Amino acid sequence: MITVIIGPSGCGKTSFLKCLNRMVELYEDAKITGKIFINNEDILHSNDDVANIRKKMGLLAQRPYPLPMNIYNNVAYGLKISGRKNKAMLYKRVEHYLRIVGLWEEVKDRLKEPASRLSIGQQQRLCLARGLAVDPNIILADEPTSALDPLSSQIIEQKFIELKKNYTIIIVTHNLQQAKRIADYVLVMNQGEISEEGTASELFKTGLIQRMEKIFT
Amino acid sequence: MNKWKKIEESFFKFLMLITTYSIISVLLIILLTILYKGLPSLSFEMLTQIPKDGYYFGREGGILNAITGSLYLSLGATFLSLIIGLPVALFMNVHLVKCSKIVNSIRFILDLLWGVPSIVYGAFGFSVMILIGLKTSLLAGIITMTLLILPIMIRAIDEVLRTVPIGLYESALSLGSTRSETAFKIFFRQCIPGIVTAILLSFGRAIGDAASVLFTTGYTDYIPRSIMEPAATLPLSIFFQLGSPVPEVKGRAYASALILTIIILLISILARILTSKFNKK
Repeated sequence: MITVIIGPSGCGKTSFLKCLNRMVELYEDAKITGKIFINNEDILHSNDDVANIRKKMGLLAQRPYPLPMNIYNNVAYGLKISGRKNKAMLYKRVEHYLRIVGLWEEVKDRLKEPASRLSIGQQQRLCLARGLAVDPNIILADEPTSALDPLSSQIIEQKFIELKKNYTIIIVTHNLQQAKRIADYVLVMNQGEISEEGTASELFKTGLIQRMEKIFT
Repeated sequence: MNKWKKIEESFFKFLMLITTYSIISVLLIILLTILYKGLPSLSFEMLTQIPKDGYYFGREGGILNAITGSLYLSLGATFLSLIIGLPVALFMNVHLVKCSKIVNSIRFILDLLWGVPSIVYGAFGFSVMILIGLKTSLLAGIITMTLLILPIMIRAIDEVLRTVPIGLYESALSLGSTRSETAFKIFFRQCIPGIVTAILLSFGRAIGDAASVLFTTGYTDYIPRSIMEPAATLPLSIFFQLGSPVPEVKGRAYASALILTIIILLISILARILTSKFNKK
């Protein structure tokens, strides 16, 4: 299922997302209170290692941050650090995930090139592939198409729709049209709080776009 | 108004041109002086022999003792300070990311230490040597020199690590990396060109410093056979030869300076080749 979070800039969408994978702990001025439950587990007070908690949540940022290594290792990195060393198996997994994001045909002959040589759109798909490779349950995407050209954006949206069968996807966006295209469930945030929520079909039927335009202006 | 802007623009352009060219010409004059005065005295013998009896009065010999001594000393100190400095810089930027007050005070202290004159490090090293009963030796020099270049090494690496975007940090963590894996596998790789620059800066300082080795490494006409023996260094060798009243010896002092410059040039070129090779990978 795809849950889309929309709201005006500065309303706390990104901060909310960063709470879910505990990235908020990296920020100095962040104070953490309360509880966050994912699959009935309080992730803030879990006995599980924070690296393990984060691994279950793939992250797609506003712009791609490829790891400083070649294309192959960008996808293999997550597998390698979780202890999988079998080369043939690694290669199969890398191919598998690059195929899922539709990048395999484009990069199969240049897997040893640095990932920074890919176009921004390709890099973003590579980041999606490397995130999927560590086998998350949830994908968190923070305005994943805002830095991309229309065509690349379309491909990413398409991939999300394909992936929603197997993953819980949470997308932050301030593009209402995009929300309408891909959302199953919508959270509207305003000034740090959820002001409205419901299934996409319901909310868009009752004039969400008009209401949002009022908030934005 | 528009006219004034044009005049202002051309005035400052002129000013910047003048300063840039004068700085470059001063540097060129220094290099040319060393070349002009040193080249006639430079010989194969100087590079391959140690000083013979009466070398400092114009007799035969070379400065192989100072070349090897300087290389041992600065390579040793650069290596040690990299091993200590790299983890410190990584720790400051990866693990202490939430404690900017602590990190900024560490930076402040390191900047202070960077500015401390090297003779103070020499004196400090010397008093520690007396305390633990270490004689003037290559080892004492390497330790003192490491202390001297450590602030340079840490701060230079630190400045590059600061440019790593937080998004890359978050990406690495979201793939399940621990902080240390993020430090050594991601931050380190991302910053290799900058780390090479830091190594060069530190090496340049180490091989060029005279005051800190004066009391700690000492001086000898022989090539050290262990790190417990004293060693000669190029800056001190230049100093002793320059002080000689014999013109030939003075010429050799400039030749020694030329050798020192060439060593630094070679190391810089080597480092650049290595980084560009790495970047292509």
